[in-house]
Amino acid sequence: MRLLLKNISLPLAEFAVEVDVELHSQVTGIFGPSGAGKTSLLDLIAGLRRPSSAKIQLNDTVLTDTASGLAVPPRLREVGYVPQDLALFPHLSVRQNLLYGHKPESGRNPLFSFEHVTDLLEIKSLAGRSVTHLSGGEKQRVALARALLASPRLLLLDEPLANLDTALKDKIIPYLCRVRDEFRLPMLYVTHEREEAQTLCDEILVMTRGRVTARVDGRAAP
Amino acid sequence: MTAEEWQIVWFTAWVSALSTLVIVPFGLGVAWLLARHDWFGKSVVETAITLPLVMPPVATGLILLKMFGRRGAIGGFLHDSLGLDIVFTWRGVLISLGVMSFPLLVRSARVAFEQVNQRFEQIARTLGAGNWRVFLTITLPLAFRGIMAGVMLAFARALGEFGATIMVAGNIPGRTSTLSLSIFQSVQLGQDAHAYRLLGISVALAFIAVWGSECLLRRAKP
Repeated sequence: MRLLLKNISLPLAEFAVEVDVELHSQVTGIFGPSGAGKTSLLDLIAGLRRPSSAKIQLNDTVLTDTASGLAVPPRLREVGYVPQDLALFPHLSVRQNLLYGHKPESGRNPLFSFEHVTDLLEIKSLAGRSVTHLSGGEKQRVALARALLASPRLLLLDEPLANLDTALKDKIIPYLCRVRDEFRLPMLYVTHEREEAQTLCDEILVMTRGRVTARVDGRAAP
Repeated sequence: MTAEEWQIVWFTAWVSALSTLVIVPFGLGVAWLLARHDWFGKSVVETAITLPLVMPPVATGLILLKMFGRRGAIGGFLHDSLGLDIVFTWRGVLISLGVMSFPLLVRSARVAFEQVNQRFEQIARTLGAGNWRVFLTITLPLAFRGIMAGVMLAFARALGEFGATIMVAGNIPGRTSTLSLSIFQSVQLGQDAHAYRLLGISVALAFIAVWGSECLLRRAKP
């Protein structure tokens, strides 16, 4: 995997996100205090924000290149995104949420089939329920499954465990490890927690006020 | 109730319903543009849309009369090219009701659109949905109750419209006579019993519409 984040510049209210890195690890953690620009960086990669300058390239595919005016729309980026608030569609059932981005042609790859993903995350029995009646951990797994069922080439996880208590976090982390090990998808994982970063990430970028201030091995999380 | 009274009630109900139906697509389009985009002249359009709410209805009616009369720009065109007369016909009633209730629909729908968390729409895009799919499957269902509240308010406003309608369509028994016009005429002629029966029906219809709107709005609140 090669994710190029070159010459990224996105002005925010108090500072600008300015990043220039090339990532090769399967799971890269983005670690930093609240308001450091981590979510904004994920939004840029997903195409949800327009940078003032950026070249974002995933393997051979250029997703954003402000120099040439290229901006692949989010729906065509094949970038899965699990935001911090999960954004499960409240008016749809679990099944409808899961199938929202599911591409029938991805049935060719059994890894991304409905059966496999729901088995892996143990949510098959939830399919008929309303998302508003799920527990925090169930919501978490449904949001992760929904992103996976769209067959992404890159997965963005924005503090996926931030709203869970410690006991629930300990239950969910093994699911994230399963996803990491089975799908071998490149992931960007935003977190505040050192333990999560050490468990899941191969490499960690430390962000402070929009800039990458350190880049360390996952096991040596700051 | 006499046959004439039934005819008045029936005419008022269907022309109000039809005017509401006609303005819904335009109202939703304008409301969405106002809620989700900033564009040159937006505040002017916002003000112009609100004018029928604050101007004397007869003044709005006079403007419509000048526009849709045979010597008016639109009325002249419709008469010459399609043989359609607007003034002093049910079409005049329809246009008056539509114009007078349009602001209520737009204001309610705009608030409903603004209350939809845009994160849902963004995540839908990352799942491969285009603009229309996002609008039809995420935005519209989540704003539905607020929009329906606006539709019912617009319908209620149309039921009670008087000033603009009498300017554009007159009060021709059996052709353009609505509940409010008939009540006015009955009082003028001293037919109090007739006026009170129509008044009772007006109150009942308006109560049902406004009460329905309030119920929907209460359920729409997060």
